[in-house]
Amino acid sequence: MSANAHGPFEALKGLVRRQYFWGIVAIALLLLVNLAKDPGYLAVSVGSSGNLVGNVIDILRAAAPIILISVGMCLVVATRGIDLSVGSVMVVAGAVSMEFLKGAPDTVGSGLAAIGLVVVVSAALGAVNGMLVSVVGLQPFISTLVIMLAGRGLAKVITGGQNTTATNEMFRWTANGHVLGLPAVFLLALLLAVAMGLLVRRSALGLMLEALGMDAKAARLAGVNRRALLFTVYILSGVLAGFAGVFATASVMTVDVSRTGYQLELDAILAVVIGGTSLAGGKFNITGAVIGAILIATLDKTVVFLGVSSSATPAFKAVVIVALCLLQSERVRRAFRKRRSAVAVRPAEREKVAA
Amino acid sequence: MSESLPIVEMAGISISFPGVKALDEVGLRLFPGEVHTLMGENGAGKSTLIKALTGVYRIDEGEIRISGEPRLLGGTADAQHAGISTVYQEVNLCSNLTIGENVMLGHEVRGAAGINWRATHRAAGETLEKLGLGHLNPKQALATLPLAVQQLVAISRSMVAQCKVLILDEPTSSLDANEVEQLFTVIRSLRDQGVAILFVSHFLDQVYAISDRLTVLRNGRFEGEYRTHELDRAQLISKMIGKDVDALKSLDAKGARRVRSDAAPLYSAKGIGRKGAIEEIDIDLHRGEVVGLAGLLGSGRTELARLIYGADRPDTGEVTMNDEKAEITSPAKALARRIAFSSENRRDEGIIRDLSVRENLILAVQARRGWARPLPRREQDAIVEKYVSALGVRPADPERPIRLLSGGNQQKVLLGRWLATEPDILILDEPTRGIDIGAKAEIQEYVAGLADDGLSVLFISSEIEEVVRQSDRIVVLKDHRKIAELEGGQGVSAESIVNVIAEDGLGDPSADTAVREEVTT
Repeated sequence: MSANAHGPFEALKGLVRRQYFWGIVAIALLLLVNLAKDPGYLAVSVGSSGNLVGNVIDILRAAAPIILISVGMCLVVATRGIDLSVGSVMVVAGAVSMEFLKGAPDTVGSGLAAIGLVVVVSAALGAVNGMLVSVVGLQPFISTLVIMLAGRGLAKVITGGQNTTATNEMFRWTANGHVLGLPAVFLLALLLAVAMGLLVRRSALGLMLEALGMDAKAARLAGVNRRALLFTVYILSGVLAGFAGVFATASVMTVDVSRTGYQLELDAILAVVIGGTSLAGGKFNITGAVIGAILIATLDKTVVFLGVSSSATPAFKAVVIVALCLLQSERVRRAFRKRRSAVAVRPAEREKVAA
Repeated sequence: MSESLPIVEMAGISISFPGVKALDEVGLRLFPGEVHTLMGENGAGKSTLIKALTGVYRIDEGEIRISGEPRLLGGTADAQHAGISTVYQEVNLCSNLTIGENVMLGHEVRGAAGINWRATHRAAGETLEKLGLGHLNPKQALATLPLAVQQLVAISRSMVAQCKVLILDEPTSSLDANEVEQLFTVIRSLRDQGVAILFVSHFLDQVYAISDRLTVLRNGRFEGEYRTHELDRAQLISKMIGKDVDALKSLDAKGARRVRSDAAPLYSAKGIGRKGAIEEIDIDLHRGEVVGLAGLLGSGRTELARLIYGADRPDTGEVTMNDEKAEITSPAKALARRIAFSSENRRDEGIIRDLSVRENLILAVQARRGWARPLPRREQDAIVEKYVSALGVRPADPERPIRLLSGGNQQKVLLGRWLATEPDILILDEPTRGIDIGAKAEIQEYVAGLADDGLSVLFISSEIEEVVRQSDRIVVLKDHRKIAELEGGQGVSAESIVNVIAEDGLGDPSADTAVREEVTT
């Protein structure tokens, strides 16, 4: 994405200009805080089974579901929409797969069948969102709020209110397995995110979404098919949330109908914003969303590690995120720069703002 | 109008943008009680100069003196403080508020218990009265007013701010002749109250009708300041474009009409209509022919074009294309049938501001292919190169966001967008509105060339002269219905069309003035 980079230094400069740069800085800072408390925090060792173990690996594993829903959210937000239903789609996906696997033999085939079922169900939920938004013309906020509320209820109906447990080695592997010592779940999430990135940037989907998000009227007159595009993004967001639900339930092979995916839509929205995609739609950044998701996971782990009491956790999270949003804000940065340039005027700095 | 002291004096103003010097030592003087017109082609620096005066842009060099005092304008608030008000081409009011609220916004009359709305509306009424707009009810919602009257409300708003300098940036581009006259009455009354007025317009007649003094810019440089009566039109045009006026007249000389083939029409609509927009109408379009739609503002020109393009869904009627029934119910379907439509509303329905010139150019082609079949970069570059050079888009930088281009150049990019879809039928709704005569002549000539190449063009313009000159056949609309269809030729002129409109029904006494005389007459 940084096509104008000449050499590592230029590439670094390009990185600094990106909005998600501050996300990376925040991740580094949080890790430093943890390091200060425990000098061995960042240590990664080879565990008994030959796999890498350590806090960083745990963070990556926890980030996987958030990465998926953030990428989906990012595409929806680009069209000036929002998908509040991702957390509920996760729990429906978990419920469907656990109920299916409960009665199925412990084979690779049934594991794959469960995943296939999840894709179908989550795509259907996404399609309902897409239909409410594009055909019925409801506001995205309301449409997906409906599915958010209905989805959790649906999950409870599917499991009969129980927290269903099942066994399937293949299914379990998606969350707990390893590839080359790294957690499979993170690699799978990354793979899906990269696939999405390629899909939108190598096809014209990205341009169409941006055109639609920036100016729906002009895009329509240019022949952009709004309805099909909205269907596409809500279905993509649904399917990605379905995968996230698989990952979230597979690690314990239990779906917790009231906790799985609970309020994760808010994490996804935060990750998207941290990644430099405006909620006003238009230009979007999938890499940024992935980094935002990793930041959220790091933050969650840090809260636990520092022993912040669970009642204070939301406030702690809020402080970090507000600080980050302030850092990203053009106005705050300009104010900082003004104070600095009052001492010595550096024209190079002004150029950076313009860029 | 003695040589009193100028209230605004800008001298040696220079502003640079990355890679472009937008203004190079430009000067401007505004005198109280005078209408001063800023002339120049698109990209000459008019807007930049205005934005320097309104504090939007900071000047790199030069000095702005207001009432003799040097001023640093750091923002629009500074300019307003200094008594400078601006009314832009596009009305910047809150359409969801009432007229009175808009007029008084930020200057509401306050009493002991917050805003006294009754007094506020009364004050608004008085302000409107002063400008001859006493018939407006301040409690009426702004959105119920036609655009032209909204513009007048915007001007009254600047009067509340007790401005000493009023800047009118192309206020007339969307007004019809009556409305322009109403606006001029208001401008004259302000001038007589001692306000210095800076006026920008592309209509030469209007410039000569209203202004006392002219400043001409070209390519970001100062060409000169003149008393209006000391400079005739031909001289003015050659100062603006820096070339001979005869070049512009070449189009007129080409008067020869294209011979229409008697083959079946490419597009034929029978009785298409839409409730509240346009009554049932028949229209045929042939290859190699320019069909003009003439009529006053609000006669249903745009509405008809939108029906043909599928931007609005027709309630009735049927369409035949190439001898088969065609269902055109969305722009995407129209594009698939090789119909393209360039909207009159360039800002809201044309350009996508934050996309680059390249992305704007290829958007329609890409939309027709669908997102799954991306246009290879090589083909994108070929399309961009072709139309940027054929239409003379300046600056020729395809990666620049289109919002940074001047209006005329945005229009050229849009024309390129539609041409890139290789349409059989091209609908152009006001393609030359609000752009300078240089770019206008280029676009007119290009359109004529398109029909020669076999395209079917539907041409809409509020300048009837322009429609007459461009069209082989003219469909005349009035009050949302077709009242005549005229073959272009010797007998048809702007006057004869106006007569057709005027004689329809009871006649319309205002129609005679509805014709805007063309630049080249």
